[in-house]
Parts: sequence; C-alpha cells; structure tokens
Amino acid sequence: MGDHHHGPAQGLSRWLFTTNHKDIGTMYLWFSFAMFILGGAFAMIIRAELFQPGMQLVEPAFFNQMTTLHGLIMVFGAIMPSFVGLANWMIPMMIGAPDMALPRMNNWSFWILPPAFLILASTLFMEGGAPAFGWTFYAPLSTTYAPPSVTYFIFSIHVLGLSSIMGSINIIATVMNMRAPGMTYMKMPLFVWTWLITAFLLVAVMPVLAGAVTMMLMDIHFGTSFFSAAGGGDPVLFQHVFWFFGHPEVYIIILPAFGVVSQIIPAFSRKPLFGYASMVYATAAIAFLSFIVWAHHMYTVGMPIAGELFFMYATMLIAVPTGVKVFNWITTMWRGSMSFETPMLFSIGFLVLFTIGGFTGLMLSIAPADFQYHDSYFVVAHFHYVMVAGAVFSMTAAVYYWLPKWCGRMYNETMGKTHFWISFIGFNVTFFPQHFVGLAGMPRRIPDYALQFADFNMMSSIGAFIYGASQIMFLYNVIATIVAGKPTSDEKVWDGAEGLEWTVATPAPYHTFETPPAVR
Amino acid sequence: MSDQATTHEKYYVPEKSSMAVFATIGLIMSTFGAATAMNQATFGDGEASFTTMYIGLCIFAAVLFSWFRITIKENLAGMNSVQLKKSYVIGMFWFIFSEVMFFAAFFGALFYVRTLSGPWLAGEGEGGAWNHLLWEGFQYSWPMMQTPQEAVGGVSNQVMANMGTFTSAHKSMAFAEVDAWYKWLPMWNTIILLTSSGTVHIAHEGLLSGNKSRFNLWLGITVGLGVIFVGLQMLEYYEAYAHFGLTLNSGVYGSTFFMLTGFHGFHVLMGTFMLGVQLVRSLKAGHFTSDDHFGFEASSWYWHFVDVVWVGLFLFVYIL
Ligand code: HEM
Ligand SMILES: [Cu+2]
Repeated sequence: MGDHHHGPAQGLSRWLFTTNHKDIGTMYLWFSFAMFILGGAFAMIIRAELFQPGMQLVEPAFFNQMTTLHGLIMVFGAIMPSFVGLANWMIPMMIGAPDMALPRMNNWSFWILPPAFLILASTLFMEGGAPAFGWTFYAPLSTTYAPPSVTYFIFSIHVLGLSSIMGSINIIATVMNMRAPGMTYMKMPLFVWTWLITAFLLVAVMPVLAGAVTMMLMDIHFGTSFFSAAGGGDPVLFQHVFWFFGHPEVYIIILPAFGVVSQIIPAFSRKPLFGYASMVYATAAIAFLSFIVWAHHMYTVGMPIAGELFFMYATMLIAVPTGVKVFNWITTMWRGSMSFETPMLFSIGFLVLFTIGGFTGLMLSIAPADFQYHDSYFVVAHFHYVMVAGAVFSMTAAVYYWLPKWCGRMYNETMGKTHFWISFIGFNVTFFPQHFVGLAGMPRRIPDYALQFADFNMMSSIGAFIYGASQIMFLYNVIATIVAGKPTSDEKVWDGAEGLEWTVATPAPYHTFETPPAVR
Repeated sequence: MSDQATTHEKYYVPEKSSMAVFATIGLIMSTFGAATAMNQATFGDGEASFTTMYIGLCIFAAVLFSWFRITIKENLAGMNSVQLKKSYVIGMFWFIFSEVMFFAAFFGALFYVRTLSGPWLAGEGEGGAWNHLLWEGFQYSWPMMQTPQEAVGGVSNQVMANMGTFTSAHKSMAFAEVDAWYKWLPMWNTIILLTSSGTVHIAHEGLLSGNKSRFNLWLGITVGLGVIFVGLQMLEYYEAYAHFGLTLNSGVYGSTFFMLTGFHGFHVLMGTFMLGVQLVRSLKAGHFTSDDHFGFEASSWYWHFVDVVWVGLFLFVYIL
C-alpha cells in the first residue's frame, strides 16, 4: 500500500461510494437540513390551520397526518441525522483518528436513510393517506384503526433504526479504539463523551423500537394480539415498549447537544470548561436514569399508584445531573473574557431556553399535576423548548462554529447574529404562549379549538412563520459562505478554541491524522 | 515515547466502495416489496406478489457475500492492522448487545402480560372495576387457554373493536401438559443447544492448539446440532398448528410463544449458517490459523448468545 494521499474522487461516485468520514458527515448534514425544511413545511401547515379557530385550510384527517409526519421527520430525519453528521465530521478529528473505525459500514448507514424517508413521505400519496396516529403511534390507533400505509411506516422505521444502530456501533468502535496515543478517556472533548454515551443509548433502545413496530406488524397482518385486549394483550403494553425506547430517545437527541455547547461556551469565554469530570459523570447519570423513567409519559393511562410514585421520583432525580450541567456552563462563563459571536449567541440561547424546558419538565414530572397538563399544549411547549431551543439551537451553533474549519471560509457574522435574534424571538413568540393555552386546557393534536385560545394561537402562528423564515436566511448564509465566503486559513479560527480539530489546516484536508498526533 | 510516525501501524481505510449502494438497493427493495405484499394480502383483493421482495433479498444476499469476501481477502492480504481487528471485535460485541435488546422487548412484553395486564383483564387490582363491563367471565391463567373474546362468547358479544378472532389453543406447549417427558421437544432442544455450545468451544480449543482436523470435526458437529435444532423446532410448529390448535391467532399466548421462539429459531438458523460458512472456509480454502480466526470467533459468540436466549425461553416460555 502506497502512502501517497488521495483527494476525493470526482463527480457523483465520490458521494455514492465514499468511505471518507468528512464526505459522509457532509451528506448527513445536508440530508438532515433537507428533512428540517420538509418537517418545517409541515409545521407551517399546522400553524396556518391553527392561525384562527374554526376549520381553515385542511381536513382534520390531513391535519393529523401533518402532526404525525412533522414529529417523525423532525426527530428521526432532522435532529438525529444532523448530530450523526456532526459526529462523523468531528469525532475523528477530535480524537486524532484517520477516519471512523468501520468506513464502509459508515457509508451504508447513511445511504439507507434517504430511501427510508422517501418511503415515509410517499405514504402521503397512498390510499387512505399517511399515518395519522401521532409520532408516538399508540396502538390501537396505529393498529386496528391505522391506514394501510402503516406497513410502509413500519418498514421505514426498521430501516432507519438499522441505520442508527450501525452508526452508533461505528461511533463506539471509533471512540474506544481509534484515540490517538495519550488521548485518554478523561482527556476527550466533551462532545466525544456525550456522543459515546448517546451511542450506547442508541444501541440499547433502537432494537426495542424495532420490537415495538414488529409487534404492530404482527398484530396488523398476522393475527397476533399483543395490543388487543380481546386476545389477552393490552394496548398499554404498546406505550410501555414505545416509551422504554422513547424516553432514552429524548436524551439521544439532547446529549450531543450538551456536548456541542460544552465545546463552544469555553471557546468564547476563553476559559476551560468548569467541572469537566462532573460533566462526564452527569452525562452518564442522565443516561442511566433515562432507562427508568419512561412511564412519566403514561401517568394518566391507569397505572398502579406505586408505579406513579416510582416514575415520579425517578424522573425528578434527572433534574439533579441536569442541574449540574447548567451550573457548570454558567460557571464556565463566570468572569471569562466573553465575546458574543453567532455560535456563542446560539449556545447562550440554548442555555436559557433549555433551562426553561427543563423546568417545565420538572412540572410535568409531578404525577398529580400531570393529570392536568397531559396531552395539552403545555407538553407541546415543554418539548419544543428542549428539542428546538435545545437540540436545534445547539446544532445551529455547531454549524456556525465549525463551518469555517470545514470549508475554509468565514460566514457573514452580521447575518448570523440577525439569524440568531430572529430565531430567538420567533421561537419564543411561538412556544411561550403555548404554556398558557396548555394550562388553560387546550388539547394537543386538534385542528380546531375553543374561542378563548384564539389570541395566543395567532401569536404562536406568527412566531412560527418568523422562526421558519429565519431558517431560509440560515440556509442562504451557509451556501453563501461555502461558495463566496471570506477565505480564512487560520488553523484556529476562533482564538479561544481548544482541541485537536483546531490543529489541522483550514479548510480541513480530505485526510487528517493519518499518523496520530501526540497528545499531552 | 519513540517517534510516533515510525512505530505507527497504518489503519486501513478503503478508498471507496460501491457495496453500500447496492446493499441499499437490496434492502430497500426487500422491505418495500415485503410491505407491498403484506398490504395486498391484508387490505387488497388481489393476490400478494412477493417478486420485488425476492429480488431485493437476492441482491442483498449477493452484496453481503461479496462484502464479506472482500473483507476476508483484505485480511489475507495482510491489510488489517491489529487495531482494525479490534474494531471488528468491538463492532460484533455491540451488535450482539443490540440483538439482546431486541429480545428484551419481547421478553418484556411477556412478563408484562403475565404479571400485570393479564390479571388486570380478569378483574384483579385496579382494573377490576371494568372487568364486568368489558370481559365478564374472563379468568386469567398462564398459558392463557381462553381469550377474553372467547370468555364473553365471541366477537359479536364483544364491546371493544379489534382486528379479528382469537381462538385459543386446546393444548399448550408447557411442560405440565406433556404425556411423557421424552416426548417433550423443548427438552431435547435444550440438550441439543447446550451441547452445541460445548462443541463449538471444543472446536475453538482445537483451533487454538493448531489442530485443524479437530476444529473441523467439532465445528461440523456443531453445525449438525444446529440443523437438528431447527428441524425439531419446525416439527414443534407443525404439532402446534396441526394438533394443539396453537397458532398466531391463539391470543396473547400464541403471540408471545411464536414471536419469541420464532425469532430465536431464525437466529439459530442464521447462526448455523454463519458457522457453516466458517466450516466451508476452513475445509475448502484452508482459512483460519490459531491466531487469526475472527470470522469463526464472531460466529461462535453469536452462537453462545443464541444459546443464552434459549435458556431464557426454556424457563419463561415452556417451564414457568
Ligand atoms: C429535566 C428534564 C426533563 C423532565 C423532568 C421531563 C419530563 C417530561 C414529562 C413528565 C413528560 C410527559 C408529559 C405528558 O405527556 O404529560 C415529558 C414529555 C416530553 N419530553 Fe420531557 N422532560 C425533561 C427533558 C426533556 C428533554 C431533554 C427532551 C428532549 C430533548 C424532552 C422531550 C420530551 C418530549 C418529546 C415529550 C413529549 C412526548 C409526546 O408525548 O409527544 N424532555 N417530559
Ligand atoms: Cu420522557
């Protein structure tokens, strides 16, 4: 084997056949952005319908298809693949590895995603319409009462689950096996740590999701009765299996986001991360606890009181390690020489808004109170604070932070900051009022609502259009940077940034660390 | 530490590969084809057509074959560093872990029905208030020999909507119901599978001590035991359908029974096939040395995993 360097191949085959972690990362990132736009378009339809009370634009059945596909696409198509893309790009560069541990499988993990989502989206045009049972697809809505397209939904979940499992196995092998000499576990950047733990979660729970959809498939087509009381099964069993996957899933979404802000906040505070070790332990503690809290989504289905209490206290415990993290981020900024470039703005936005989402989570975790909040817009507000202002804001921060390293060009800072402020305001105008309508009793997943909720819903819709529009600006900024941004060749694009990725040339060469760097 | 560049063994990163794209085509065709055929069978009026699925599966099998072939060739050509081999080990370990979690979902369902929701349906605990409205007369027992639907007198008497008729078996697979112990297939299957874990271990020891003929012999025995297991399992299914009235439609007992044993049986089939491939590689191509035999090792871990799952099945599906 010669030791000469190969650049990328030319044309389409570069992307189809690639084994390069940077190419694959790029594909994941663009794919997830496309899904973000698609899921966003569905959200716009939802908000347009809810702009005023009464039936405005779409049929109720179609409205349900929109909420379902919006949730599924955002969770599985936008947020998860975006962080996998980031992991592909950054983990090898952060630990001094030449590539991911299993490069060919890496390519396969990516390429099964687009067709899986194509199949999912194509259900919109099938007889009986797309799945309309919510992104949590509770039985019997998703079995006895499901449209025929549910079968395609089931198989697309299988395929994207397979993709996630292979992607995670790859990340685990890379982190465990490919660290440069001297890069001990406790020297790894926090982003690598959070992804390692996320990958464990994924390998543990994606198969359970596969089990859940398999049981659905069998009930629908092969006469079993897992979720049918008439045959001795139980629809609530579905909820247990689903949430055993579902709650760890929300941490799968947020832990890499934690990792990102743990990289960015120190860089723009020009101080090392406060409490590194406690960050690692807190992440592990959150991951562990996430396995024993799932039924906090099911307080109202009729669990024995002992179950309600157990899941209530276990859920509340999660606030402790989460609090440790928030404390550490704030303390990192304390007396730092801070500057507020776009990545930092999004990270601070994350910090403030995620904390609000954490607090509403704490409110929801109180079982008796949840009897009031459950399935209301309060829950919708809660999870959008943690998933949009949490995961999506941090992902946006990550793009601004590492984009100059990826393409050797600087984005337009003014436009970036404008994007932040519009997003920040748009987001809060959208979701803050939803706390109020939720507390006042407005149910979620309903195309029409009582008149007293009209004003807040109009606000929500206006905010959503603003937030949605600001993403177009983001897209424009990213493309403009790639084609015509101000070139930069500083290895350290940000003077406060630390880590191996800032020691390689800018733009990052096609192959990095073919011989491992020395880590002190 | 000495100069890194000189002591460093290069990690093999293949330049590019078209296999992922073809594997994707195979996978998507088979899943899409399967979904279409199932929908035709359940919701349509025409015949179900499995052609797309079969073509997809063939493509997929062909790609996997060449994928593994290339990987093996690369290893024989000495391209795999010690570090890369460790990546394979880690990969295989976590793959098996993910399989464990897949089974955990079905075991979880079984435990949930048996300890919680089954008794609730029969009016125990907090579910009791509704029992006389929904499933009057339903008694819980395991194996569940009468479904709630049957207890109220069939679909027409049932208050709740559902997807069909659930007719329970007249005889279960439990140990309590066998006429004579030696006629009890699960026991023989347990003996076979536990033995096979031992034989694969002996084969491994043979390989480690450089004794290839001992390796081939005991690996062959293991594959044979795997085939016998699958055969007996098929016999058991035949018995269930033909003589016990135990089918997928037999309520939740049939559901959990067939899903757990079915997925396990499928995994045994896979494991047997994997070990069989290693046997052929050893016999025909002379592969494997005492210090380089990952293909065999990975298959044998898989085999032990399948064995452990069986012990769980034997306990919770057949005995307890
Ligand atoms: C302090 C941490 C958190 C606590 C205590 C908490 C608690 C809860 C509770 C009790 C519910 C159920 C509400 C109901 O349906 O009545 C809920 C819903 C939800 N949470 Fe959280 N949560 C926390 C953090 C997060 C994070 C970090 C995410 C994701 C990034 C998240 C995502 C969600 C989602 C998606 C739902 C709604 C699921 C649905 O029904 O569609 N939560 N949370
Ligand atoms: Cu949860």
